[in-house]
Amino acid sequence: MKNKLVCYFSAAQSEQPIIYRLVKNYDLIINIIKADINPQKEGYLVLELEGDKNSYDEGVIFIKSLGVVVEPLSETVVWQPEVCIQCGACASFCPTEALNIDRDSMEISFDNSKCVVCGMCLDCCPTRAIQLHFEIKEAV
Amino acid sequence: MSAKKSYEEINEKIKRGEAVVVTAEEVIGIVAEKGYAKAAQEIDVVTTGTFGPMCSSGAFINFGHSNPRIKMKKVWLNGVEAYSGIAAVDAYIGAGQLPENDPENKVFPGRFTYGGGHVIHDLLARKDIRLEAVGYGTNCYPNKKVDTIITLDDVNDAFLFNPRNAYQNYNCAINLGDKVIYTYMGILKPKVGNASYSSAGQLSPLLNDPYYRTIGIGTRIFLGGGVGYVAWNGTQHHPNVARGENGVPQTGAGTLALIGDLKQMDPNWLVGLSFIGYGATMAVGIGIPIPILDEEMLHYTAVKDEDIYCPIVDYNEGYPYNKPMDLGLVNYKDLKNGKIIFNGKEVVTTPQSSYPRARKIAETLKGWIQRGQFELTQPVANIPSADADIDFKSIPERNPGATNLNGGNRRD
Ligand code: SF4
Ligand code: SF4
Repeated sequence: MKNKLVCYFSAAQSEQPIIYRLVKNYDLIINIIKADINPQKEGYLVLELEGDKNSYDEGVIFIKSLGVVVEPLSETVVWQPEVCIQCGACASFCPTEALNIDRDSMEISFDNSKCVVCGMCLDCCPTRAIQLHFEIKEAV
Repeated sequence: MSAKKSYEEINEKIKRGEAVVVTAEEVIGIVAEKGYAKAAQEIDVVTTGTFGPMCSSGAFINFGHSNPRIKMKKVWLNGVEAYSGIAAVDAYIGAGQLPENDPENKVFPGRFTYGGGHVIHDLLARKDIRLEAVGYGTNCYPNKKVDTIITLDDVNDAFLFNPRNAYQNYNCAINLGDKVIYTYMGILKPKVGNASYSSAGQLSPLLNDPYYRTIGIGTRIFLGGGVGYVAWNGTQHHPNVARGENGVPQTGAGTLALIGDLKQMDPNWLVGLSFIGYGATMAVGIGIPIPILDEEMLHYTAVKDEDIYCPIVDYNEGYPYNKPMDLGLVNYKDLKNGKIIFNGKEVVTTPQSSYPRARKIAETLKGWIQRGQFELTQPVANIPSADADIDFKSIPERNPGATNLNGGNRRD
């Protein structure tokens, strides 16, 4: 199985070789999507963990046992109308019409409630007006 | 009575604030309501617009001198190289140029997040730009290195000079292959999963003056949010192609080389773009006014999306490997409605050129003319038209090893 997680950790925990142990003891494939550690050594890591179900579960139990707070990653798509040039390319890639062209004005609009965060629109936008945001809380 | 007007007459009306100016979209409704003859008498100017990716764009910059002076051998702006094989502190930054260390397509498809077009946009946004230059040092230009921060206001001159813009019509791109491909026409899904197009259609400048009767060398235009001029025909200008009965080319045809002072332009109308898997480029905003000299000009400007056709081209093999394939024509009305029919199957369309922005340019130019801020110009000379005999050439395949040109100098 494969999942994206946010791990919030404090100074003491950031000293631990978490990634090394996950790879070595639990045989997980780890992709670090984002990391932010402040000068006080507190911060978060966004990880994608991949492995068989047992090792995945045990790996997560291991991270939690260190006192790290682990939460599933929640992602949202943000459309920045001030960056968008209204080319309309993204709408033809959106499966849910969250990005939609009004055929009279040919203008693009974005309806967050229809977005399923499939990510299809991200690559085709030439101005990078559409971005994937991770919801990350203040470090704990 | 057939209405004929001269450039002078139209400009007199503009100066008096009396000129009747409409956009290339509005003129369609007016003609439908009043007929050609009456509308041709009433309307003085029709404004057009287009805003889309145009790779053949860039700017000449003169940086002024360092102290001591330098003859720049290489120049970089925010890490993007500008061509400096001209005078000491002159350079040309091209929209498609990538930073020296760009990963390009090494991890396919590459992202191309920054390039020359982004540099031009950042200059216009009055952002700080890192200027690096190296020279080899001469008696007159002893300095060998410059590394500093500049803004657009610090340079002597900066003018946009775009060798090929405003393509008169363009391909509709599809992918006949079974893998997704990444092109300058955007992402093309396999097995004709989408059809990408890039023209403002009925609003596009050269589609409203198909034989370049009024658009020629010296024509004053809206360029990048400021005022610019047509400098020449663009590169790859190829007017002698198949045309419909309305005179409109049914494939890419005419092009324009454009020039204008960058310092009076606006970052909203020159925007750096990143095409995944392809490269970096720039969206350029262009608007051209068309004088309604007579009823014939009105006929041209009243052209509708449904009467403008473009060829469907396969970008999997047809375009990259020059394989001729006849895949038919499609019109801009269908393209803009979001679906075309190809081989009996409905295909969604992907626009690359921004129609809302094209409309805004035509509206802006209309406002300038109505307020008497912008007068029309008669071309100093015409650009080649449909009766030209221009051959569309390819690079010849010859063996350089067998020749001893320029003392045998070569790159390797
Ligand atoms: S992430 Fe998917 S659903 Fe959401 S806007 Fe983009 S293409 Fe549409
Ligand atoms: S692809 Fe990007 S620039 Fe084009 S309409 Fe969509 S969000 Fe706007």
